[in-house]
Amino acid sequence: MAVELDVFVGNTTIMDEEVYKLWLDGYTVNDAVKVRMEGGVMEECEASADVLLSDTMDQYRTFQMCERLLHSPAKLANQLLFQITPHRQAVLIERYYAFDDAFVREVLGKKLSKGTKKDLDDISAKTSVTLKSCRRQFDNFKRVFKVVEELKGPLVENIRQHFLLSDKLGRDYAAIVFFANNRFETGKRKLQYLTFQDFAFCAGQLINNWTVGAVDHMVEDMDVDLDKEFLQELKELKILITDKDLLDQHKSLVCTALRGKTKAFNEMEANFKNLSRGLVNIAAKLTNTKDVRDFFIDLVEKFIEPCRSDRWTAADMRLYLTHYTNSAHILDTFKHQVVWDRYMGVIKSCIFKMYHD
Amino acid sequence: MPGKLKAKIVAGRHLPVMDRASDLTDAFVEVKFGNTTFKTDVFPKSLNPQWNSEWFKFEVDDEDLQDEPLQVTVLDHDTYSANDAIGKVYIDIDPLLCTEAASVISGWFPIYDTIHGIRGEINVLVKVELFNDLNRFRQSSCGVKFFCTTSIPRCYRAAMVHGFVEELVVNEDPEYQWIDRIRTPRASNEARQRLISLMSGELQRKIGLKVLEMGGNAVVGYLQCFDLEGESGLVVRAIGTACTLDKLSSGSAPNTNTHTHPNTAPASNACNSPSKDGKESPLAHGCRSTHNSPVHSACNSQRLSQNFSVSVPTLIFTGMGSGGSVGKEAGPLKTLLRQQTQTALEQREFPFFTLTSFPPGFLVHVGGVVSARSVKLLDRIHNPALGNTRSYKLLDWNSVTADEPETRDAWWEEIRQEIKSHAKALGCHAVVGYSESTSICEEVCILSASGTASILNPRFMREGCLDIGIADHRFEEPSPPSCGFCHIPYDELNMPFPAQLTYCYHCRRQKVPDVLFTTIDLPSEASVTGKGCLIQARLCRLKKKAQGEVNATAISNMLPFMEYELHTQLMNKLKLRSMNALFGLHIQISVGENMLLGLASATGVYLTALPAPGGIQIAGKTPGDLSNDHISTIQKRINDTIAKNKELYQINPPKLFALDPEVFCGINMELNEELVGSPIPEPRHRSRLFRSHSESSDEVSELDLSHGKKDAFVLEIDDTDAVEDIHSLLIDAPPPSGFYSCNTEVMPGINTWTSGVQMFTSVRVFRLSNANLTNQGLNKIFTDLCENLLKSFYFKLRSMIPCCLCHLNFTVAVPEDELIQVAVTAVAMTFDKDQTQEKPAEKPITKGSGDTEEQLQFSMELCADSSLANSQPPSKISGVPESSNISSRAASVDYGSFADRCSTWLELLRLKAHTIRRGSVKTISSLERSSPLPDGRSRSLRSTRSFGGTSVTVVKMTPLSFLPGTRIIKYLGIINMFFIRETTSLREEGGVSGFLHSFIAEVFAMVRAHVAALGGNAVVSYSMKECVFMENPNKNQAQCLINVSGDAVICVRESDPEATPSMTNSAQSCSSETDTAT
Repeated sequence: MAVELDVFVGNTTIMDEEVYKLWLDGYTVNDAVKVRMEGGVMEECEASADVLLSDTMDQYRTFQMCERLLHSPAKLANQLLFQITPHRQAVLIERYYAFDDAFVREVLGKKLSKGTKKDLDDISAKTSVTLKSCRRQFDNFKRVFKVVEELKGPLVENIRQHFLLSDKLGRDYAAIVFFANNRFETGKRKLQYLTFQDFAFCAGQLINNWTVGAVDHMVEDMDVDLDKEFLQELKELKILITDKDLLDQHKSLVCTALRGKTKAFNEMEANFKNLSRGLVNIAAKLTNTKDVRDFFIDLVEKFIEPCRSDRWTAADMRLYLTHYTNSAHILDTFKHQVVWDRYMGVIKSCIFKMYHD
Repeated sequence: MPGKLKAKIVAGRHLPVMDRASDLTDAFVEVKFGNTTFKTDVFPKSLNPQWNSEWFKFEVDDEDLQDEPLQVTVLDHDTYSANDAIGKVYIDIDPLLCTEAASVISGWFPIYDTIHGIRGEINVLVKVELFNDLNRFRQSSCGVKFFCTTSIPRCYRAAMVHGFVEELVVNEDPEYQWIDRIRTPRASNEARQRLISLMSGELQRKIGLKVLEMGGNAVVGYLQCFDLEGESGLVVRAIGTACTLDKLSSGSAPNTNTHTHPNTAPASNACNSPSKDGKESPLAHGCRSTHNSPVHSACNSQRLSQNFSVSVPTLIFTGMGSGGSVGKEAGPLKTLLRQQTQTALEQREFPFFTLTSFPPGFLVHVGGVVSARSVKLLDRIHNPALGNTRSYKLLDWNSVTADEPETRDAWWEEIRQEIKSHAKALGCHAVVGYSESTSICEEVCILSASGTASILNPRFMREGCLDIGIADHRFEEPSPPSCGFCHIPYDELNMPFPAQLTYCYHCRRQKVPDVLFTTIDLPSEASVTGKGCLIQARLCRLKKKAQGEVNATAISNMLPFMEYELHTQLMNKLKLRSMNALFGLHIQISVGENMLLGLASATGVYLTALPAPGGIQIAGKTPGDLSNDHISTIQKRINDTIAKNKELYQINPPKLFALDPEVFCGINMELNEELVGSPIPEPRHRSRLFRSHSESSDEVSELDLSHGKKDAFVLEIDDTDAVEDIHSLLIDAPPPSGFYSCNTEVMPGINTWTSGVQMFTSVRVFRLSNANLTNQGLNKIFTDLCENLLKSFYFKLRSMIPCCLCHLNFTVAVPEDELIQVAVTAVAMTFDKDQTQEKPAEKPITKGSGDTEEQLQFSMELCADSSLANSQPPSKISGVPESSNISSRAASVDYGSFADRCSTWLELLRLKAHTIRRGSVKTISSLERSSPLPDGRSRSLRSTRSFGGTSVTVVKMTPLSFLPGTRIIKYLGIINMFFIRETTSLREEGGVSGFLHSFIAEVFAMVRAHVAALGGNAVVSYSMKECVFMENPNKNQAQCLINVSGDAVICVRESDPEATPSMTNSAQSCSSETDTAT
């Protein structure tokens, strides 16, 4: 004796946000029922476990049927099968494309390929995000990546238009796409302390300032690829460290400005040349794809770690980098002010963001 | 050549990939009407083709226009092999034939395939030019309006109610034709869909002709059903009530019509359905006599020589004083009235009305429920060629089917006669709330009809003298209107059945019965104490498997007992809730191979005019049979339940201690010392077990029992079954706090509806284990199934609390040996708790979906089509249909596959990104459209994103005849759709549940799309009349047939001023409306 068939279809599609969350999180129907029972929803309406099971199955079915539409969210608005309010549609889409920080941190910068997908079970075990949910998130990344890849125009805007995501989520996806495209290394142990939001912020900086799109608004891949010309020009900055006079002059300008303003002054003075070499070398090497990938690790190794071991405060960092950047303008033999600003603007904000425990 | 049909294929979107190599489709469209077919060009390599075809013109007879649907087939062009069909759209053009309904059909239709379901959408534009046809002998009946609504439609006035119309057509079921062996399931399903569509058209046309003959212009309460008789054919039959309707001045005077009824609140308008009362006691008595009566077998027709048919009149028995009672009238007034009515009604063969709700004054008295059932054997004799060698049937369809309708007609005629005579026995001349149904299992078919015997006001039948629509018109009623319908129509000295009469508690002048059962809605004027509730009686009876005559006889022998038990259950449950009347009673008996299922649903209420119901008393048959303790425990539980229910349903009738003794003298009763309404006294062991009595007449009922006449309520307590029965009585859980439920239009006692509406359909199939089941076990399973369904509804809809489930319509079936199927369609409606006195215990739960309802206001659009309005203002503003095409085309470009991306699209998107206030909800009146959106409506979350360029019109659906808080300004025509869905990959589609879930969702989507294309924004009186589900999990196959119907309407919010042409939702309908207006 069993209920063989059990369906409930509303003219307006009924969706319970709690169940949607459980579905997205990859719970099986039975697990979801357990969670709901513990959540006390049964008392709310004198329901029994059977009722809860039936409701959960119905909802899961509905979500499965909607999933196809969620893959191209624009369809959700003009499909006829489900009558869903616009607000509800927005919630469905936003939640579907939401991801776990723990998960994205594992995948960030990796190639969104079949190979990575095979590793998802490891990631699932490591992050304790269910495999099903990992797959969904990974597929979302991949889908967004594929669609946006060949589009012209601003990356964030493209993502938002195609996937009808909120501004915040659109930016996050832009970061994911950008990292995946440039294959930035984020998995090294030294980078473990950085959160996804740190990287997402840096990605935003890079996209806005270092890509082709920063100068030309109608190029393909404009926000995904770094501006090659700019990277080439970065080599010119080497003069700051190779020209001894310039280096000394720069140092003395910075030290003059910093003196008395910070407790870490001595360390700054002592380390100036090292740090300056570190930053300029990063810039000069960015023409190599390999070095682009190591951009973040380089920043940490060459700059953040030395400063941290010298116990600079965040304010020290801010002070130092500001003067370091500005002083270069006063160097009369240094002719690459524009490139310098474009470079240091991003470096500054990235380091500010990344300089924490 | 009285009509020209024009169709234009505009575009497609979301088409499936038909060419795996390119992931694209080369689509073209065939448009077929009758035998004429046109084709569009192939639109290569696109999933969002833009055909933008010329106008295809069909010059046709209006007869064909009525019968045939326009058939649009989308195909994938294939150079080397046969073109693959993507799917079809059938468009019923009937609404275009009526000048008052829609003038253009335009919109996106889901492309439907019976194997794959919905596969993309197609934008089609259809128009009809009708020429005047003065031919008197014409076969068409264009212009007759059809309404599923079982009351006078809201924006009309009934100038005259002509009466019953019926028709049936019979054909062979294509599924059983020899050719079905060699054609694909798809071809077979399509043949069936098309045939039924044709038959429905033909049926409607024929009924229309009858209406014209009667001088009417509309059919109200149109009920069309299919009987899938298997090899013996396919019957499409319909009944309805012919009326002459006058349109009220285009919704402009809502205050005079809709609102001036005695109950003016919009919500209470909903209650306007008058209802009839039936008596239960007649039933009980009737059952007895039916039981005694021999089964008559009839083998009349020569063609049917092998046929055996049994007819069993079940419900009301009529033996006593039928006919004769008419002579002895209670008063001269009644006699007069009766004579008038008689003359008006007797001209009709069947004075039946499918309406369940009436204009004030229409219904004078209500007698009780009358019903008749008949068991028939479907014979194969009709189609001899089908007999042994069922292939190779060479008979012409017409010749085969020629006299089949007559056989079926005769069957129904027989039943209707029976109903008519039952009504007569109750002293009534008319039957209202009339409906017919069948249940078929193999070759056995149970035909059922039921209605409420009543006396109607003759004015409504006579030519030209009535003015129903005008509210302040008052008839001189023989009794105060609020209780008049309760007064008995029959002669108290010559009652057709034993009943306890008292003087009306309202007017104290006329006699009323102690209990009333009716099939109609509660009349608006009725005064009710407390709230009502859904009452169901459920019954399962095992039956031996048998064939042919034996089977039919066995079934017909069981019917009276089932009917009897169902009524006993109903009566007991009614008393348990301390109520005294049932409305909307619907009894369904469904036959399976090895069991019969009975389900009776009704809405119980406490009619103030009727006496308070007695309690329920338990007693052993003889003292000592069972311990007194046991009995008193049960008695206590029952008394507690009654007390609890009284509180729950707020039944606090005014206590009438000082009843006129005359009341009791009238029926020779001794006035007992007990107070009215007092709980039951001590259990009395000498009375038989389980009975109900009216409180004031303990002694009398006792007497009755001793006569053995009221054994309806007697169960043997020493029998464990009896104990079970009592337990099952107590099982029915009341709805959780915050919920009410009823199966009538609206809940008696609630009239503060708010706008939240959620229509739903739920289907459950239960597989019985093959263990040896007893009747008791089966009953328990069946009861639990129904109860659990209700519990599920309450749980799912908890976010709508406080809310009421209205029009709960249960349908049961026994699709296979061990399966029980229950399908329910109902609507949940929110109401304002503050205005009804609620118990403090109820706490409203406000959760996310609360705002769902808020935002699905009928007049709002799902999508930000403001984007279109903004980015393409000219197309919106001009009312030319073409302009709407432009906009929809543009939109379809937007949302096509990404493969179609192009820079122009991006430009468009970008443009929109700046102009749209995305996702905001907006109302659709043209006034508001041009005005800036109210800021409160657009949420920050949504305000930054786009939901696309096209709008999908929100279409509300409800089984009721109205939507709360809205006013219907136009009826666009009847929606009557039949779909078949089949799969050979059941597991892949999510099993049976997944399959049916998506099919029902698809059906809803197709109904909504058709309504939107007609320019409507709601379906009222929606019902799912058929849901036949068959599965074969071993073969991974399933098939389902669904038939739905309803009235497409345009409604506006009550508060909105006037209907403006652009009141409709979609751009297309805007244009259509403009056309109408000009």
